[in-house]
Amino acid sequence: MAGSLKLIALALVAFFAAIGANFAQDLAYQVHALIVLAVAAFLFIRQMRMMGNGPALTPETGYMDDVIRYGVVATAFWGVVGFAAGTFIAFQLAFPELTLDIPQTSFGRLRPLHTSAVIFAFGGNALLCTSFYIVQRTTAARLWGGNLAWFVFWGYNLFIVLAATGYLLGVTQGKEYAEPEWYVDLWLTVVWVAYLLVFLGTLWKRKEPHIYVANWFLLAFIVTVAMLHLVNNLAVPVSIFGSKSVQLFAGVQDAMTQWWYGHNAVGFFLTAGFLGMMYYFVPKQAERPVYSYKLSIVHFWALIFLYIWAGPHHLHYTALPDWAQTLGMVFSIMLWMPSWGGMINGLMTLSGAWDKLRTDPVLRMMVISIGFYGMSTFEGPMMSIKAVNSLSHYTDWTIGHVHSGALGWNGMITFGALYFLVPRLWNRERLYSLAMVNWHFWLATIGIVLYAASMWVTGIMEGLMWREVDAQGFLVNSFADTVDAKFPMYLVRGLGGILYLAGGVIMCVNLWKTAIGAGQTRTAAAVPAE
Amino acid sequence: MHIFDYHKPIEKHATLLLVLSLVVVSIGGIVQIAPLFYLENTIEDVEGVRPYSPLEMAGRNIYIREGCYVCHSQMIRPMRDEVQRYGHYSLAAESQYDHPFQWGSKRTGPDLARVGGRYSDQWHVDHMEDPRALVPESIMPAYPWLARTELDADGIEAVIAANRMVGVPYTDEQVEMAAVHFEAQADPDHPAAFDVAEIYPGAQVRNFDGAPGVSELDALIAYLQMLGTLVDFSTFEPDASR
Amino acid sequence: MYHILREIADSWGLLSMTILFLGVVVWTFRPGSREVHDDIANIPLRNDEWRED
Repeated sequence: MAGSLKLIALALVAFFAAIGANFAQDLAYQVHALIVLAVAAFLFIRQMRMMGNGPALTPETGYMDDVIRYGVVATAFWGVVGFAAGTFIAFQLAFPELTLDIPQTSFGRLRPLHTSAVIFAFGGNALLCTSFYIVQRTTAARLWGGNLAWFVFWGYNLFIVLAATGYLLGVTQGKEYAEPEWYVDLWLTVVWVAYLLVFLGTLWKRKEPHIYVANWFLLAFIVTVAMLHLVNNLAVPVSIFGSKSVQLFAGVQDAMTQWWYGHNAVGFFLTAGFLGMMYYFVPKQAERPVYSYKLSIVHFWALIFLYIWAGPHHLHYTALPDWAQTLGMVFSIMLWMPSWGGMINGLMTLSGAWDKLRTDPVLRMMVISIGFYGMSTFEGPMMSIKAVNSLSHYTDWTIGHVHSGALGWNGMITFGALYFLVPRLWNRERLYSLAMVNWHFWLATIGIVLYAASMWVTGIMEGLMWREVDAQGFLVNSFADTVDAKFPMYLVRGLGGILYLAGGVIMCVNLWKTAIGAGQTRTAAAVPAE
Repeated sequence: MHIFDYHKPIEKHATLLLVLSLVVVSIGGIVQIAPLFYLENTIEDVEGVRPYSPLEMAGRNIYIREGCYVCHSQMIRPMRDEVQRYGHYSLAAESQYDHPFQWGSKRTGPDLARVGGRYSDQWHVDHMEDPRALVPESIMPAYPWLARTELDADGIEAVIAANRMVGVPYTDEQVEMAAVHFEAQADPDHPAAFDVAEIYPGAQVRNFDGAPGVSELDALIAYLQMLGTLVDFSTFEPDASR
Repeated sequence: MYHILREIADSWGLLSMTILFLGVVVWTFRPGSREVHDDIANIPLRNDEWRED
């Protein structure tokens, strides 16, 4: 019965996708309709074949780890794609000929591809798979909802494919980090609600009486991202058969909404969610509980309350009313306290185990990620001070700041989590090579240092050059002069990207070798029946 | 009862934790966003700002499509050097019909809030074809396909109508005649060419790319050439309490 | 309105926030509920293997 309903639903999806492809008003919409049609047709055939075999007997016991294994692979894959895209566009800024004079490879279309690949594809898959792992291991319960977790994984990755192909074909809402168009947004909403249900359902049927703090951060991340996504993407489609939509809000209100969204994409997607990872994987790898559980409670409430106010610091000195700018600045500075509280909590978890840093490169990776977290959450409040922001805004300094957070904090903690997960998920005794982890560690660290340092130099330099006036009060530098002056540092930045990308590739090889069990045998641990 | 005990129920009820988290994260957004819709001094009272003409709107959509906003801001801050370099600082009123706003966050290229009228149409045509032919230091990508891609007027009425739905004050005539005005603005010999400048005060009517027909480049240049040209600053008084 | 709020933020608002912050810091590090929290903090260190019950 359920199978038949599924068939009917898939047939309807395929039917409407075919109609959409037929009446499409633009190429991107047509391509997307065809992708949806192909997916629906594939699932339809698969469902028919499964029904032919009679009802499948899937034992609903043990941790549900298959979907996490897929998530790990997707995280590593999208990571390398995102790093490669970023490195390529970094060189486009040094050598604009790399645009190749075709629309699909111009900077304006590849930049959203890079940011989405790194934040939503790499970071998002990392959050999906680690949250599924963490919530099961901290509740001692299997994921709720049966195959719903699979829907979340594949649905989310379909969202990424639709978003990425859309960017290349010139489909964008024109709002940073919220570029996907209306129907892709709607799809993500469906997937996200399913994600919330899986997570919440697992918490509901937990066997541990208490909810471990990592799950609070993950829950707050899921629900806040849902809220941000819904409000910032309110739009009216121009046509039901076209990709173009018109944002509901305009001008100053749209700007405030966008940066309320944009800043909290950082605050909840890239911070709260990843703090959930930190509160699980750092204690696991250090083999000791978190330093202060009470501090983690304070950390949680302070962080989620304060973060949401910080958005206006992206709009200092703009046409946004002053009162909103001041609020944004004050809360951004206050945010420094819970951020460092969390950093201290993470680092001090190692107290009594500092010697492990010498022997365990995976733990070292996690610790340096917390270090970068501390660094960028100090830099951020500093840049939100209006006087500093007047210099730093619109410059490469912001780009450097973002990357020390994204590459240093999000990247490194994810790498650490992947190194932790792969041997366990594939039932291997250990990683294939710790030496390769070491190489990855140093390539990534040096890459970040080159990146951040070169962007500090170009950012502060161009900020100063823009405002430089001579004795008569005339501007000294033309805009083109400042572009020209940045060239050497753009090369250094690109080199940093290459190093970071190389580290990512080494990680993929290492994880692959670990998963296939090169040079080792499967552990004796019982494989849960899936 | 120990003070921390009051927190115990939250640690044991997932739904309570969910609801409380949602309440806590909602406060900041509500306080910062909601007042912007009803405080009267959020958007200044100035004359001259009008909805985009259909051709300008089409150009704006190309601007968005090509991701120009990732490298160009449209928001001049009130600092001495910015005002000298780019012109009068930007007003909230100037983007009140921008769905979405395009203030940008990065100046890999210069601010464009008042680029209108700074360069000739021919400069823009050449610049889009090969930026480095005009500015050797430039790192902007070339956009040669814009001049070669014809833009038809079919879809523009729906775009204008959708903008009216979200609150842009287009008249019935402006919506119905959108396709005609679209063609006419790029063709001074068009019978409706005179209407465009009347219905959209300050709209520039000419063959922007110098080639027959309406290309994407026509639309984009029409948009760029009107940016920042609408406000009559003689009617503008800064509000000290804003 | 803006100026009134600004004055409050500059004086009593600032003072109360500072006291609140110090209070939270002290509160965080004083003992109490230690056993329960120690137990919760150890959740990640068990449950690695699935157990039926």
